[in-house]
Amino acid sequence: MTDSFLLWTILILACFAGYFVVWGVTPALHSPLMSVSNAISGVVVLGALITAGATEFSSAKILGLIAVVLASINIFGGFIVSQRMLLMFKKKEKPLPQEVKQHD
Amino acid sequence: MTNSLLLISYLLSAVLFILSIRSLAAPDTARKGNLLGIFGMILAIVATLFSSLVSDTLWVGLALIVGALIGSYFALKVKMTALPQMIAAFNGLGGLSAVLISLAEILSGSALYVENALGLLIGAIAFSGSILAFAKLQGLISAKPLHFPLQRTFNLMLALLVIASCAHFVITGQIEPFYLLAVASLVLGVTLVLPIGGADMPIVISILNSYSGWAAVGIGFSLNNILLIIVGAIVGASGAILSYIMTKAMNRSLMSVIFGSLGESSAASVQEVNQQAKAGDPQDAAFIMENASKVIIVPGYGMAVAQAQHILKEMAEVLASKYNVEVKFAIHPVAGRMPGHMNVLLAEANVPYEDVFELEAINREFATADVAYVIGANDVTNPLAKTDSSSPIFGMPVLEVGKAKTVFFVKRSLATGYSGVDNPLFYAPNTFMLYGDAKKVTEEITSVLEQ
Repeated sequence: MTDSFLLWTILILACFAGYFVVWGVTPALHSPLMSVSNAISGVVVLGALITAGATEFSSAKILGLIAVVLASINIFGGFIVSQRMLLMFKKKEKPLPQEVKQHD
Repeated sequence: MTNSLLLISYLLSAVLFILSIRSLAAPDTARKGNLLGIFGMILAIVATLFSSLVSDTLWVGLALIVGALIGSYFALKVKMTALPQMIAAFNGLGGLSAVLISLAEILSGSALYVENALGLLIGAIAFSGSILAFAKLQGLISAKPLHFPLQRTFNLMLALLVIASCAHFVITGQIEPFYLLAVASLVLGVTLVLPIGGADMPIVISILNSYSGWAAVGIGFSLNNILLIIVGAIVGASGAILSYIMTKAMNRSLMSVIFGSLGESSAASVQEVNQQAKAGDPQDAAFIMENASKVIIVPGYGMAVAQAQHILKEMAEVLASKYNVEVKFAIHPVAGRMPGHMNVLLAEANVPYEDVFELEAINREFATADVAYVIGANDVTNPLAKTDSSSPIFGMPVLEVGKAKTVFFVKRSLATGYSGVDNPLFYAPNTFMLYGDAKKVTEEITSVLEQ
């Protein structure tokens, strides 16, 4: 009871943290936000690692191993795509003198 | 590694993940932020691998490497226009992973029925829904909303079956209702995404993104893992907020997206217009733009389809450097096939992000602009959204391009946009239609400008 209450506390607080931090993301970076959050949702890999990390071979372990592969694709794919996207967002190389900077 | 060390690592990872998303607040800090996320993930994985929870690191390590190779290959190969389907596919794999974990947990005798059932249910919907979204975006199946007879009744029955099998499993703990739940959830994921398509895709992707987060929360509860819960909640919140922003930008409610009511109601509202639209040619357009002092370019998805972003950037550059024209880009939140897609496409074409403006930031500037160059966009500029309360797009925030002295629409024809609503701007006295392929037309203008 206390244990599950603790998990619920963490969940609710994490929802608030997520809410505020995500609203702070600039709309121009919503695509990278999706792919970064997609990559970190691959953290289910931890669950897969635990299931697949059993000593004896069983159907559960096989399922776990497949889950590790899938989550790992998600993680690596997500972070690499994000990095590719973010590398493209560049500032002006030579700002023209008559331009007024209006970026917020 | 002791248990407390593991928990400290998880806490640190959670902080790194939060900081990683926090850093996306501005493009300057964003790249570093992605690295923070990567560090967080490495820390979490390494800590788990060397904890007492994992005793066989060899096979597990191999599985990680296989996934890493596959994921990296596709991520390095994908084109930026194909980004939405890539994200959908990755998202689906995350969902399937959650399904397999909860199945494995139940097979190895876990007694946490509710938690595993939730992980399975949400993971399965995220998986099959994402795969279908992938197929639609990739053009493997028609991207149009698909309706079949008694669709709502079918979905309702299916949802009831999901609830019933879920309850049956939670009470009895038998494996058969668990399998039934898996199958029913997988089918539900498909039937939920089938009737959604076209311009609603950004919303679908965001919702599915959110689901994969909540699936991680379910797994977190079943494994008593705090990091999964924290990350799952953040990802879930992120997807939910993005879907909210998207529905808001399209003036849709989540319900109307899910039940696809736009396609039905709009058919009646297409009106016959017997006005004449004026056609311009690239020479005139080039002449007017080189004599302008301020040009605002409004790209839409049609621009991306025609792959016109690079030539568009060239045109903007010639205008700025040769003719001293101030050039800005205006982006509507739903331009593209996923949130922020158009910003990425322009960034790919080396358009500096300081020149790219969001709807609220640029709207008042159209009044002082000499030219609005609308390329591959339609509905997002339609003034009826402000004036005609019977229009299906009424209330949708639009880019007020009509306030510019001259408006150019680069379009193949006068056809309506996704909403099926005619755009009165086409017939406005200051509007010129530039008929043709977005890329070709822009190329012609640019070559005239360069002479």
